[in-house]
Amino acid sequence: MIAEVTKSIVRREFKSYFASPLGYVFLIIFLFAIGYVTFEPGSGSFFLMRQADLSSFFRYVPYLFLFLVPAVSMRLLAEERKSGTIELLLTMPVTEAQVVFGKFLAAWLFVAVALAGTFPLVLTVIYLGSPDLGVVILGYLGAALLAGAFLAIGIFFSAISKNQVVSFILGVVFCYVLLMAGSPPILGFISTFLPKFLVEIFESLSIMNHFESMGRGVIVIGDLFFFALMIGGWLYGTILLITEKKSN
Amino acid sequence: MIEVNHLSKRFESIMAVDDISFAAGKGEILGFLGPNGAGKSTTMKMITGFILPSDGEALVCGKKVQEVPTVTKGLIGYMSENAPLYDDMYVEDFLRYAGELRQMAADKIEAGVNRVIDLCALTSVRYQKIETLSKGFRRRVSMAQALIHDPEVLILDEPTDGLDPNQKHEVRTLIRQLSGNKCIVLSTHILEEVEEVCTRAIIIAKGKLLYDGTPADLKSKSKQHKLDDVFRAITTGESVQGVNL
Repeated sequence: MIAEVTKSIVRREFKSYFASPLGYVFLIIFLFAIGYVTFEPGSGSFFLMRQADLSSFFRYVPYLFLFLVPAVSMRLLAEERKSGTIELLLTMPVTEAQVVFGKFLAAWLFVAVALAGTFPLVLTVIYLGSPDLGVVILGYLGAALLAGAFLAIGIFFSAISKNQVVSFILGVVFCYVLLMAGSPPILGFISTFLPKFLVEIFESLSIMNHFESMGRGVIVIGDLFFFALMIGGWLYGTILLITEKKSN
Repeated sequence: MIEVNHLSKRFESIMAVDDISFAAGKGEILGFLGPNGAGKSTTMKMITGFILPSDGEALVCGKKVQEVPTVTKGLIGYMSENAPLYDDMYVEDFLRYAGELRQMAADKIEAGVNRVIDLCALTSVRYQKIETLSKGFRRRVSMAQALIHDPEVLILDEPTDGLDPNQKHEVRTLIRQLSGNKCIVLSTHILEEVEEVCTRAIIIAKGKLLYDGTPADLKSKSKQHKLDDVFRAITTGESVQGVNL
């Protein structure tokens, strides 16, 4: 289903994470931080709850991803435009869609590797008790989809600017707004200037609500559809943007 | 093999390329001459399909670039200005990646990589990271990626810019060697280069095509056979002593 040339792009982009320190820095910081916050000593902590599950892990995943995932996606197109290699790439017989999709998949695969690196946490809860593995698996699926949505947003902002720092900041801001779209402060703010039905639409875009819904161990088609739409929409926007702006 | 009909490109208020038409066939080495910012690169980018023209059309081997861009891109080997490359890749891996992007068969890629490494004298840096290469080698790697699929049309944007005299000579020799069954378009602002390499010269200034003919004809316009004078007279429109346009 995926074109051979897209696979080549995925391979090269995935490898490039490990050709620079970025990949290793990301993996080390992510794994260290998630390991720490999962067992952090505080109210609602793993040990106080006395439950062998990963709820404290999944509670922190969105906040870590918020800063780390845009760091993974920020270079994808900004770097190509800055160094001029975008010209090399887009004068090859490939389409903009293949390029964007290939780069997105490579980044997603990379974050999936990072998530897979958290397997000792799963082993720990299995050792300590008998967690509901269905919930754990769905939680991981939700985390992967959450990362996919953040990456799609991030790659869009990577196409907007040649400057990776600008891409990163815009990525974080937009990920935050969409993550927290259902939270009272953000809803309160936008309801000051938007009519009620638009506020409700905005609230339904909350990534956090859909993520938490999956974390409860229920597969709702609506949630899957939401993430597919989120990823597809931002990627489509990226393709349009890069077609328009590639030569600037 | 290349046909350009009334090609124009407007960037907001600037007319970068203004109604340019020309054609080039097999065996020709067409030199694009012009001052900096004349529209040479923009014209080349439109032929490669990297940017879309505001008006007019470009055809490669009879196929329209705007209609079937992936087909025409496949027929062209392109070396863009400043030879941008993936610095984090190794020379051999990069060339293989270029072959993959060009959707060549696996065995053809291996053969192609070996061929261009030979052709562009890259054997000594084959296993080196691109970021460690000197400017001359970067150019050659860029040239190698343009040749990996043995294209019918070769478009080279300032292939000798920033090279030392020996490297310039090597690149020119290579270009001459490659001609024969290819159509080569190269841009430059070095006048001797046109004389030495090209079978035909086109002069562009301020987006307009001002001259299309052989380098020898161009030279004969000056009594002292000074290409510099002819170039200045054509591109600035001023009268230059000893030049009869």
